[in-house]
This record gives sequence, C-alpha cells and structure tokens, in this order.
Amino acid sequence: MTENAPIVDAPEDIGARDLFSKFDPIIQTRETLLASGVEDPFNLVMEKVLSPTRAICNGRDTILLGTYNYMGMTFDPDVLDAGKQALHDYGSGTTGSRVLNGTYQGHRECEQALKEFYGMDHAMVFSTGYQANLGIIATIAGKGDYVVLDIDSHASIYDGCAMGKAEIVPFRHNDIEAMEKRLRRIPEGAGKLVILEGVYSMLGDVAPLKEMVAIAKKYGAMVLVDEAHSMGFIGENGRGVAEEQGVMDDVDFIIGTFSKSVGTVGGFCVSNHPKFDILRLVCRPYVFTASLPPSVVATAATSIRKLMHGSNKRAHLWENSKRLHAGLTEMGFELGTKKPQSAIVAVIMPDLEHGAGMWEALLKEGLYVNLARPPATPANMTLLRCSLCAEHSVEEVETILQMFERAGKSVGIIS
Amino acid sequence: MTEAEVDERIRGLIEPFNKKGVDIAEATTFANDLEFDSLTVMDFVAEIEDEFDIIISMNQQAEIETYGLLVSAVHKLQDT
Repeated sequence: MTENAPIVDAPEDIGARDLFSKFDPIIQTRETLLASGVEDPFNLVMEKVLSPTRAICNGRDTILLGTYNYMGMTFDPDVLDAGKQALHDYGSGTTGSRVLNGTYQGHRECEQALKEFYGMDHAMVFSTGYQANLGIIATIAGKGDYVVLDIDSHASIYDGCAMGKAEIVPFRHNDIEAMEKRLRRIPEGAGKLVILEGVYSMLGDVAPLKEMVAIAKKYGAMVLVDEAHSMGFIGENGRGVAEEQGVMDDVDFIIGTFSKSVGTVGGFCVSNHPKFDILRLVCRPYVFTASLPPSVVATAATSIRKLMHGSNKRAHLWENSKRLHAGLTEMGFELGTKKPQSAIVAVIMPDLEHGAGMWEALLKEGLYVNLARPPATPANMTLLRCSLCAEHSVEEVETILQMFERAGKSVGIIS
Repeated sequence: MTEAEVDERIRGLIEPFNKKGVDIAEATTFANDLEFDSLTVMDFVAEIEDEFDIIISMNQQAEIETYGLLVSAVHKLQDT
C-alpha cells in the first residue's frame, strides 16, 4: 500500500458479515461426527492403486467396492497402451477449447466410437459428465420451457435446469402417473423436456423407461436419459436401460460419462437430432473450457470399442451383483431394492452415526464402500453404497460378504 | 374460485402435514414455522397441484415462503 492510499476501516468496524457463516450447520455436523473418533469418511486417500478392485487406502490393503469402475477398464492393457501412445504423440494437454485449438484427431475418434457404440448419428464429448448434463440441459431448455424430471435426479441435472432458467417440474421418484399428470398440465405450446435416468445411483434402481418414454412422446415432449450408471453393462450391447427396455428410438438424447464403465474422465451426449451439431457453438460448458487431454480421449475411445464386445464381462458382473445382493439380504441387511437391478447395491443404515461406524468397521476389515448421506440421498437416508466390478472374482465377493457380516455384528446393524 | 375458497381448501390439505399443530396465519413460513423439509414440500405441493389441477414449478416454489403467498399464488394459477 502507498502512503497516498485511502484509509479504509477494517472489515469488523463496518459490520462485515462472514460469507462462510452459512456453512456453520454442516461444519457443526462434521465436527460432531469426527469428535466421536470415527475415521473421516470424506477424506480417504488411496496411496497406491493395485488393480480395478484393490488399493492401499489409509495404509491398508483394501478391496474396492465403491468406485463405479463397473467394467474394470482402468488397468486394461490396450487402454493403457492407447493412453501412453497419445501422451507421447500429442502431448499432455490441448490447452484449448473444442471450438478453437482443442479438437485433436483423438477427440474425433472418440466421438466416432460413441456413435458406433450407440448406433446414433451424432456424438459430442465434454470434459466431464457433470458438464455434459449442465451444458446440454441448460442450452436446450431455456426460459419459458418446462423440464419435467424425477425428484431424485442427479445434481448436474438440477444445475443444468437452473442455469438454463427453465421451469423445473419434479415428480415423485419413478412414479409414472405423477409424471403424466404434470405433462398434462403444462400450458399448450410450451417447450417440454422430460429428463430420466436409466439407473438411479443412490439406490441402484432402474426407471420404467418403456412406460415413461411412451407417455413423454404422447405429450410431445423431448426425452433425455442419463445412462451414466448403465453404460457398458445393461442392455444387449451395453447401451443402457433404454436399450434393455426397447426404447432407444424414442430417446432424443442420451447422456453418459467416461468416469464409470469407460474408466477415465469425461462426459458425452449422443443423439439423432438433425440439428444436433449446432450445440457445439452455443453450449457454454462445451465452448468455455479446455478439451480433454489427448491421452484421456485415446483411453476412452479404446475402452468404448472394447465395451462393445464385453458380453462375458457383463454376465460375470451380473453374477457378482446377484450374489452380493442375496448374501446381504440373507444376513438381514436392508437394501435399496428388493431384487438386484444394476451393479449398485445400496445398504440402508439406520442413521448417520451407525452408517459412519459401519463404514469405518468395513474399512478396517479392508473394504471400501461409499458412505452417502443427506442431502445427496433420497428420503434423508444414510446409505452404504456398493458398486460391483466385473473384475471382482467370485472369491472376492465371498470375502466381501464375510467382512459385511463381521462389521455388521460389531456395529450392531445385524444380529 | 375466490381467494377465500382457495384458502379454505389449502387449510384442509395442510392439516396432515402440520405435525406440530402450528397456528396457520398469512405470515406462517414453511421452512421455519412448519419445519417442512424438502420431502414434505414435494408431497404437499403435489397434493395442491392435484387438488387445483395446476403446476407449481420449483422456480415458483422458491418464491413462496409463507402461507399467505401460497394462497395468492394458487388463486392466481387456477384462474389462468
């Protein structure tokens, strides 16, 4: 500061308010939880990753059962080779937007792989799955348009709606009648977009897309389905729940991610809309950010092409999901779905305290799962979310069940 | 429907959600006085929407903080 600088009162003198005070309740909840001596569930460090299913976490050899790495592609030799080659040939990053200097051969090839994977005319790759939802929804549904969505939709969907300023009309989770009522009440002539997810990530349940998509079409709405948690695994070709339920042709936009079955990072939208490519110029989360690094799109493209032929892995993953679901049910755990519907098995905890205790007991057993709690969860539930991998062996799933039994008894969740 | 009739119907609908038996006045707030969480809001809004055959979008809900604001919003919506 120079001698001539104006004299300004210190902030406290003018009654400045700390903008962080709005976080006090959550700081309090967190401090209370940690004061109980529990290991911090939201501050885990993986010091070493041994395979898609094993890592050293907080110093312990741990089975991974909460990474969404459904198809175990993260250490696939072909995928790794493609990444190394691209790193070598194209460098570590693009340093630019897709619409300026950030579209390399690899981005084009990745989009080509997606078009073939889904059998669709157009594909657009974003830097993350979050940005794919944010960008597509905010750009196509604007002020005065109506977005009818499931109340349990992912945060990126809500954020896309808010950014686009569309009217947000939620309906009760997976409730076909509630959805139809809302579509029926939308003023005539208004633009309508129905947003559904193939698999809902919190409970691992599947949407009745067949019925819902038919109703959406009956009311003249466009349909967007987020298949983040089903790609590579559900449907004959791994295209997702829309494929399995036979409604691919009526879905206008499919949103997906590279950070689950594909095994890297990035997001995408595929569509048959004839004007789809104009989005590359008007979609702000696509334009105003740097594109994915060459190594990432190369690993993604290779992984997507391998997933087209992954039917054996898919079958094994289903076996794993069914075995874990049946074993946990037998032990007396309460699960998010009566029957296994996806590669997610959600174990319902009585409250956050027991959930955190169980999470820690499992970690000490050598098992990592996700602790999910409100507000991310539906109905204010605390969940231990397990996501299975096609690379979990039959023996590993049995070991996982034994770990759950010991931890569940010691924490008092099961008897 | 007059605003008084709308008011009467909403009073009937809110009863099962008013677990603490709070006296409902124009200035009664949903978040603080009635302690509605997001799930309760969804169920309550769905009841009103079905009763009056209207849509109250989440954008509109964000503006409706008190009982009085709700009655006038619903009265306006069911007229259009």
